[in-house]
Amino acid sequence: MAQQDIYQLRRGWRLQWEAIQGCHVILYPEGMVKLSTTAGAILEQVDGRQSVADIIATLQRRYPGAETLTDDVVQFIEEARSNGWLTVKEVHCG
Amino acid sequence: MVNGNTVNQNRASPTAEAISPPLWLLAELTYRCPLQCAYCSNPLAFTRYQNELDTEAWFSVLRQARAMGSAQLGFSGGEPLIRQDLEALVSEARTLGFYTNLLTSGVGLTAQRVDALAEAGLDHIQISLQAADPELAQALAGSAKAHANKLAMAKAVKAAGYPMVLNVVLHRHNIDQVGDLIALCDELGADAVELANCQYYGWAFLNRQALMPTREQLVRAEAETNRWRETLAARGRDMSLLFVVPDYFEQAPKACMGGWGSIFMTVAPDGAVLPCHSARELPMAFPNVKETSLKDIWYQSDAFNRFRGTQWMPTLCQQCDERDKDHGGCRCQAYLLTGDINATDPVCQHSPQHGLLESLIAENAQSTPEQASLIPRNARQSKQLQTKQLQSQDGSAEPSPRQTPELIYRQ
Ligand code: SF4
Ligand code: SF4
Repeated sequence: MAQQDIYQLRRGWRLQWEAIQGCHVILYPEGMVKLSTTAGAILEQVDGRQSVADIIATLQRRYPGAETLTDDVVQFIEEARSNGWLTVKEVHCG
Repeated sequence: MVNGNTVNQNRASPTAEAISPPLWLLAELTYRCPLQCAYCSNPLAFTRYQNELDTEAWFSVLRQARAMGSAQLGFSGGEPLIRQDLEALVSEARTLGFYTNLLTSGVGLTAQRVDALAEAGLDHIQISLQAADPELAQALAGSAKAHANKLAMAKAVKAAGYPMVLNVVLHRHNIDQVGDLIALCDELGADAVELANCQYYGWAFLNRQALMPTREQLVRAEAETNRWRETLAARGRDMSLLFVVPDYFEQAPKACMGGWGSIFMTVAPDGAVLPCHSARELPMAFPNVKETSLKDIWYQSDAFNRFRGTQWMPTLCQQCDERDKDHGGCRCQAYLLTGDINATDPVCQHSPQHGLLESLIAENAQSTPEQASLIPRNARQSKQLQTKQLQSQDGSAEPSPRQTPELIYRQ
């Protein structure tokens, strides 16, 4: 994964805030995953427009105190991708 | 009141605060269906419930459930496509924020309807296949045209950009085709395939003897599925294969529906609310949305509170460390196999009745597939079965759920 890569939610997968559960969830065919606050905040930025680097910058503006932010974002996106939640929109090589 | 926790201590049911919201709603829109699958999970007496909820009543169910926290919604049946208001229901559900799944046999689906449903906001269509070839599919579902239409519709669903999960119910008569079935799903471009052996409830319980595979068949089919997993991975093809063994062959029971009244709620075509789609056959009454609000049903009704928590459990389960994980297994299975709704699920190796399953499996291995004819799920059989049941209730003989059903139909 490069920081210039742009991701989007896989087609048919949806991120949604669930007030009753008090968290973001990912909804997909006959399944639902509850997300932690961090994961929800990151995934909200995965919109098919911002690159990983953009997402880190956006979140840094929003949470200036967050120290491990870059690692959190990179790690989570890696995990979300291997779970099949995300697809790459544009890969930047080199 | 000294302490909030003491209030309900003497009651068998847990307190309302301990009850989690019904995250999943299964809307069984109708019991009507053009097919006649001998493993159908609908109640045997489905013809008794003909008073279907109308569009407005379903809208109300959807709004109530969503307000209670339901997020996953399945439209099923019967065949949900029979309902002409399906698009309207999908649209309302999507507006409310549900993730909408349509579980269909594909019969009655047209390319236009696929598009109309997409426009209404449907998130996912799951089509079920009976067999890899039209001959067997016809023998199993009772329709010659259905198979070809399914394949065409699977392609249309894929073309419309939906994620596509194909579902195949496996049993003695098609399980040896599992390789061909996977190949077919691959060809159709499925994203995921559920190869689920049927579980023995409803019509499948009636046809249990004819549907149950042998242990050898299961082992072979699972090995074949594993070989396919490797082949697909080697090709870089992303199509997940889920293989489900019949509970009867397991040693540990499943946490049925994540526990009775824990996350799952079914609304039947006539408005009865059930903790799972098989529960209707239990000897107990279930509340109806025509009379009671969904909220009262979920949190207050005797039916939903009956098997929550651990108080109701037999001693064997109460003293077991697994009790909070598997909840003593499935109530329907316990009742169908032992006649006792409170029994430990016989699938559990600790159950005193576990031997029953082993002898069933052994017995079944002795019969030939030709002997194993199937009773089709249709209105005529449903009515006949109800008459039979009435007769046996009048007579002195108790109908035993353990009895092997008599084969009253041959193709
Ligand atoms: S299992 Fe078969 S008969 Fe039963 S509702 Fe589904 S398609 Fe119809
Ligand atoms: S004894 Fe009861 S709780 Fe323990 S594993 Fe068996 S079914 Fe589950």
